[in-house]
Amino acid sequence: MTAARKRSRIRRAWPFYLMVLPGLLYLLINNYMPMFGIIIAFKKMNYSKGIFGSDWAGLSNFRFLFGTKDAWSITRNTIGYNVVFFLVGTVLAITLAISMNEIASKKASKAYQTLILLPYLMSWVVIGYLVFAFLSAENGFFNKTLLPMFGLKSVSWYQDRTWWPLILVIVNTWKNIGYSMIIYYSSIVGISTDYYEAAQIDGATKWKQIRYITLPLLKPTVITLFILSVGQVFRSDFGLFYQVTKNSGPLYPVTRTIDVYVYQALMKNADYAMSGAASVYQSICGFVLIVAANAVVRKYQSSSALF
Amino acid sequence: MKTREFKRTQVITNLICIFFTVCAMLPFILLIAASFTDNDWATAYGFTFLPGKLSLDAYRYIATRWSTIGHAYLMTIVVTAVGTSASLFLSVLFAYGISRQDIPGMKIVSFLLIFTMLFNGGLVATYYCYTKIWHIKDTLWALIVPGFLMNAFNVILFRNYFVNSIPASLLEAARIDGAGEFRILAGIVLPLSKPILASVGLMTGLGYWNDWQNGLYYLTARGGSRYYTIQIVLNNISDDVRALAAAATSQSSVLSGSVKMPSTTIRMAIAVIGILPILVIYPFFQRYFVRGITLGGVKE
Repeated sequence: MTAARKRSRIRRAWPFYLMVLPGLLYLLINNYMPMFGIIIAFKKMNYSKGIFGSDWAGLSNFRFLFGTKDAWSITRNTIGYNVVFFLVGTVLAITLAISMNEIASKKASKAYQTLILLPYLMSWVVIGYLVFAFLSAENGFFNKTLLPMFGLKSVSWYQDRTWWPLILVIVNTWKNIGYSMIIYYSSIVGISTDYYEAAQIDGATKWKQIRYITLPLLKPTVITLFILSVGQVFRSDFGLFYQVTKNSGPLYPVTRTIDVYVYQALMKNADYAMSGAASVYQSICGFVLIVAANAVVRKYQSSSALF
Repeated sequence: MKTREFKRTQVITNLICIFFTVCAMLPFILLIAASFTDNDWATAYGFTFLPGKLSLDAYRYIATRWSTIGHAYLMTIVVTAVGTSASLFLSVLFAYGISRQDIPGMKIVSFLLIFTMLFNGGLVATYYCYTKIWHIKDTLWALIVPGFLMNAFNVILFRNYFVNSIPASLLEAARIDGAGEFRILAGIVLPLSKPILASVGLMTGLGYWNDWQNGLYYLTARGGSRYYTIQIVLNNISDDVRALAAAATSQSSVLSGSVKMPSTTIRMAIAVIGILPILVIYPFFQRYFVRGITLGGVKE
């Protein structure tokens, strides 16, 4: 390549470099600097001395974290809820999407979709209030109206952990089902009508069409969403576990996830050792899982791989 | 035979959809009903769908405390407007840049973007960097910058749209006419990208409108209360309803004590006020939300 051509190529390229520059700076500030900040977990952190001024601690923070009972319970809660959320959410969303697709009245189906998506647009703070209206010990709909109707005793919902696994699954599904329903619905709408017409000629019932056409053709979408959630299995929706439970201590054994633990250790106890170790543990496990999940999919169904 | 199956399918599927729709709506109805309940009645009989005694006291009380709530509203609007515009600006520029994979170095830039979806430093390191290095605590920046300003997902949506839906010949023609890249982006690409700008813009705006975590992490009651958005106020009074009265007395001591706070129903009324704008605008923008989800949900 001659020098003149090279120069003209650079001249044509520089506006593009200029365009990505602000974004790169933001990635540096918001993402890459914190990535290097994970060394906090390997330090005996002293906030006033800063990261580099603090002494090294080796792996002692991690040894300390995994020496507690909490480490097991927050890991179990984080992964357990994610698994149940995925199973329940997928089954219900597909059921709903298939039903939605069968509805003949376009107006009705539009109205259903609009209303079912509404909870997805709400913040977890607001959802915390919505749940509180049902569960408040003194004024809640459950304690004051529903339970007395059946002659049942009041429950101190925010103190009694019995029902929380169920409550969290219901609330999370309630908020997110509209979102997953729309994803599945748009996949179903994309299925060619030829398949169904051919099946009808062969006399297949509606149920058989769903069983042998719709469900198999939804498989790639399910797989894509599955890998995405495998990669996220060490993450939890902080808002769900913090706002909806009102961060109530007695519920912790069944409601505290890694994110809530990190928040609590960092903000309430200013404990950099524990929160840093838990935070890094979460990041590294998540990274390994997402890369592994993608590698598996790449091998068996490369079209669904993410990268 | 056919019509009988059709009818049966219609009944079953409509019932399923109605069930989910009712479930989606009930909590909102309870919240709204609770906010209009008389405070003493609610204290005695709890929140119900059909309150025995209605009252506007909770809303009247909010009106007397409008300096706090109104200010929080204003902050929410400012943060949402500034944040969303800045976010779209950064994302569009970045996406247009990496849409040219033939330019040396752009593959690396794309990788740097994608990698942020796979690995992150976590809350502790992020919090440390933003407070210790950037001193973001108790500033307006805290509500705009951390997390929301640009995310890889949106950039990829834009990039895919630019690559797949905008004819390359159009851009080539403009280049031959001597137009610069910035002019091409502003004059040709963006006008053709209105649908995706609307969808991504709405989703980003919703994220800012609903955000309370940045406020929780980076605003303190002492120094940051003037930046409280409606979500942060809601979060604070969910812990302690007296926070509202306290915040109000410090600002307008004239009114304090003159109106008794309907402490049971007030929370519900403020929550209603917080979600009202979304309830009002959502039906008009529903299709953009839906498109935003379908674009983002399934990988290109």
